[in-house]
Amino acid sequence: MPRLVSHPDEVIVLKRRFGQGAAKIDRYIELDGYAAVQKAIAQGAEAMPGWIIDTMKSSGLRGRGGAGFPTGMKWSFVPKTSAKPKYVLVNGDESEPGTCKDHLIFREDPHAVIEGAMIAGLAIGAKTGFIYLRGEYRTLLEIMERAVADAYAKGFLGKNIFGSGLDFDIITQTGAGAYEVGEESALMESLEGKRGVPRIRPPFPAVVGLYDGPTIINNAETIANVPHILLMGGEAYAALGTERNGGTRLFGISGHVERPGVYELPMGYSLRRAIYEVAGGVRGGKQLKAVVPGGASCPVLRADEIDIGLDFDQLAKAGSMLGSGGIVVLDETVSIVEFALRTIQFYQHESCGWCIPCREGTDWIKKTLTRVYEGGGAKKDIDTVQYIAENMMGRTFCPFGDAAAMPTLGFVKKFRKEFEDYIEGKKAGTALMPEERDLIGVGH
Amino acid sequence: MSTIANSIFSPELAARFDKLVTLYPVKRSALVPMLLYAQDEVGYVSEAVIQEVAQRLDLFDLDVRSVLSYYSMLRTKPAGKYNVQVCTNISCMLRGGYEILDHCKKKLGIENKQTTPDGQFSLEEVECIGDCCSAPAMQVNYEFHDELTPDKVDEILDQYAAGKILDSTQKDGK
Ligand SMILES: Cc1cc2nc3c(=O)[nH]c(=O)nc-3n(C[C@H](O)[C@H](O)[C@H](O)COP(=O)(O)O)c2cc1C
Ligand code: SF4
Ligand code: FES
Repeated sequence: MPRLVSHPDEVIVLKRRFGQGAAKIDRYIELDGYAAVQKAIAQGAEAMPGWIIDTMKSSGLRGRGGAGFPTGMKWSFVPKTSAKPKYVLVNGDESEPGTCKDHLIFREDPHAVIEGAMIAGLAIGAKTGFIYLRGEYRTLLEIMERAVADAYAKGFLGKNIFGSGLDFDIITQTGAGAYEVGEESALMESLEGKRGVPRIRPPFPAVVGLYDGPTIINNAETIANVPHILLMGGEAYAALGTERNGGTRLFGISGHVERPGVYELPMGYSLRRAIYEVAGGVRGGKQLKAVVPGGASCPVLRADEIDIGLDFDQLAKAGSMLGSGGIVVLDETVSIVEFALRTIQFYQHESCGWCIPCREGTDWIKKTLTRVYEGGGAKKDIDTVQYIAENMMGRTFCPFGDAAAMPTLGFVKKFRKEFEDYIEGKKAGTALMPEERDLIGVGH
Repeated sequence: MSTIANSIFSPELAARFDKLVTLYPVKRSALVPMLLYAQDEVGYVSEAVIQEVAQRLDLFDLDVRSVLSYYSMLRTKPAGKYNVQVCTNISCMLRGGYEILDHCKKKLGIENKQTTPDGQFSLEEVECIGDCCSAPAMQVNYEFHDELTPDKVDEILDQYAAGKILDSTQKDGK
C-alpha cells in the first residue's frame, strides 16, 4: 500500500487527517469531521445550495480526475428542478498509470469522501450518492463500506440529515477491472450494470446522467477536498494555489526518484523542486532524462522542460497536462522507445473497442512500435506512428483516443532522434522488458 | 432464505444478493458486483453462476455474458487459490516490475495466465493496480504487496503456500 510520506514543503489541507486513525468515525469527528456538512446546513435551507456552490467557485478547485474542470461551475450546471432524481457519483476508479492518490484517501480518510458527497448532494438537491471503486480496491471498498455503515449508525446518513429535513443515502459500488470505466459516461454505464462503453455527449451528465437523472461526477480527491474548503473558506483555499488553480493537490511521484510517494503540494509548485527536493532527486545520483507529469496520458517533458509550475494552465501551455497528478520520473537509463511501447500496450489493451480510430489506431501504433522495438523498424515507421496518432486526435467517440494519442505524439516528437538512432541500431538505455515476453494484451 | 430456490451460492452470499438487488434504482446495477462476489466464492464465473445471476436480475444469459467479457477481473475458468497479479505498467516497470514477474514465473514454475498443477497459485501480468508510489507492486487476490524485491516475493509466496496470509475474501468467512 502506498506509504505515508512527508516533506517540509508540503502544504497540508487534504492530508490533515492522514495517519491519525480517521477511518474510525469517532476519531474523524474529533478532527472536525462532519462539521463542514453541518456548517452548510446552518446556512438555512434557502441559502444553503447557493452558499455551497459559491464557496466552491471561490475556492478555484478544479477536478482532480484529470481534466481539471472547475468544480463549482460543474455543480452549477445541474438544473434546479428535475422530474428525475439527481445523483452524486464519486469516481474512485483510479486506473491512470502512475496514480495512487485516491488509494490513500480511501484508506486514510474515507469519511471525507462521504462528507464531501453529502455536501455535493445538498448543493444540487440529490438524495443519493454513489461511491464507485475499481474492483482491485476491494480492501479499500471494505474500509469505505465500514465508514458508510458507521455514518448510518450515527444517523449522519439516511433520513433528515443533521436536522435539515433533507435525506441522503450512499451506496458503494465495485468495478471489475477496466481503465475505460474511469471515463465519466462509461462509469455510468458500468454502474447501470452494462459494458463500460461511453455515451454520446451532449447531453452532459449534469443534465442527463445516471438513470437519466442529472448527475455530478467528481473524482474522489475532488470530493474529499470539499469539507476542508467549506471549513476554511473558498478564498483561503484558493490563496494556497495559483491564479485559476486553487489550493493544493496530491502529487504521486514515482519511478526513478529517491523518495517516491504521495505529497500534498500547492498548485503551481515547481516541478524541478518536486523531483529534486521533495522526492529526493533522481535515484542513485543519475541524470534525469524525462518526466511524465500527470499520469500515462500526459505528453512527456524532457529534462530541460522541468522549470515549470505544476498547475493545469502552465502544463497545458507547455503542450502537456497536469492530468491525475501522477509524476513519473525517468532517468538516463530508460529507453524511450521501450517506454513508448509499454505505454501504448496499455492503451491498446484498455481500448473499449467501440469506435474505429481508437480500436484500430492503438493496435497499429502498438504493432508498428513493436516492430521498431524488435529491430525491424524503418525510419518511415516513426512517421507512420505520428500520422496514426495525429489522426486519432479529436476523432474518437470519447477522450480515451486522445489519451492514447497524446503521449505517443510526445514521445516521437520530443525524442525523434532517439527513435531514429534506435532504428539504425544505436540503442539508448537499458532494456527493462525481458526478451522472451508475452506482450500484454495479445489476444486481449 | 434466498428468493431463489436451489441457489448455488452459500446462504450468506445468497442473502447478500437478495439485499443487493433491492439497493439500486435499477436492479441491473447489481450485475458487476454480483459477478465479482460470485467469482470470489465459486472461483470463477461458471455457467451456473451466469444462469443464477441472470435469473436474479431478470436478464438474459446473453446480457450477463456480454458484461462478463468486458471486465478484465472476471474470468470464466478457475484460477489458483492465490492469484498472483504482478504490475508491469510504467511506474512498476521502471523499478523492476518485469524482474518481479520473471522471478514469479521461475519460483512458481508457470507462465503468465497459468496455474500450478496443485491449484495453489496462478500468475498474471496486470496493468497499473494503483500502488505506483511503492513500486514494484503486486496483488495476491485482493491484498497489496509492494516495494518488492525477489527475496521479498519469495517470503510472501512462501507464507501464502504455508497458509499464513489470508486475503480479505477469506476473512470473516465471506
Ligand atoms: C479514459 C479515461 C479514464 C479516466 N479515468 C478516470 C479515473 O480513473 N478517475 C477519475 O476520477 N477520472 C477519470 N477520468 C476523468 C473522468 O471522465 C471525469 O472527467 C472525472 O471523473 C471528473 O471528475 P473531476 O472533475 O473531479 O476531475 C477518465 C477519463 C478518461 C477519458
Ligand atoms: S475512444 Fe476508445 S475507449 Fe473511447 S469509445 Fe472509442 S474505442 Fe472506446
Ligand atoms: S504502475 Fe504499477 S501500480 Fe501503478
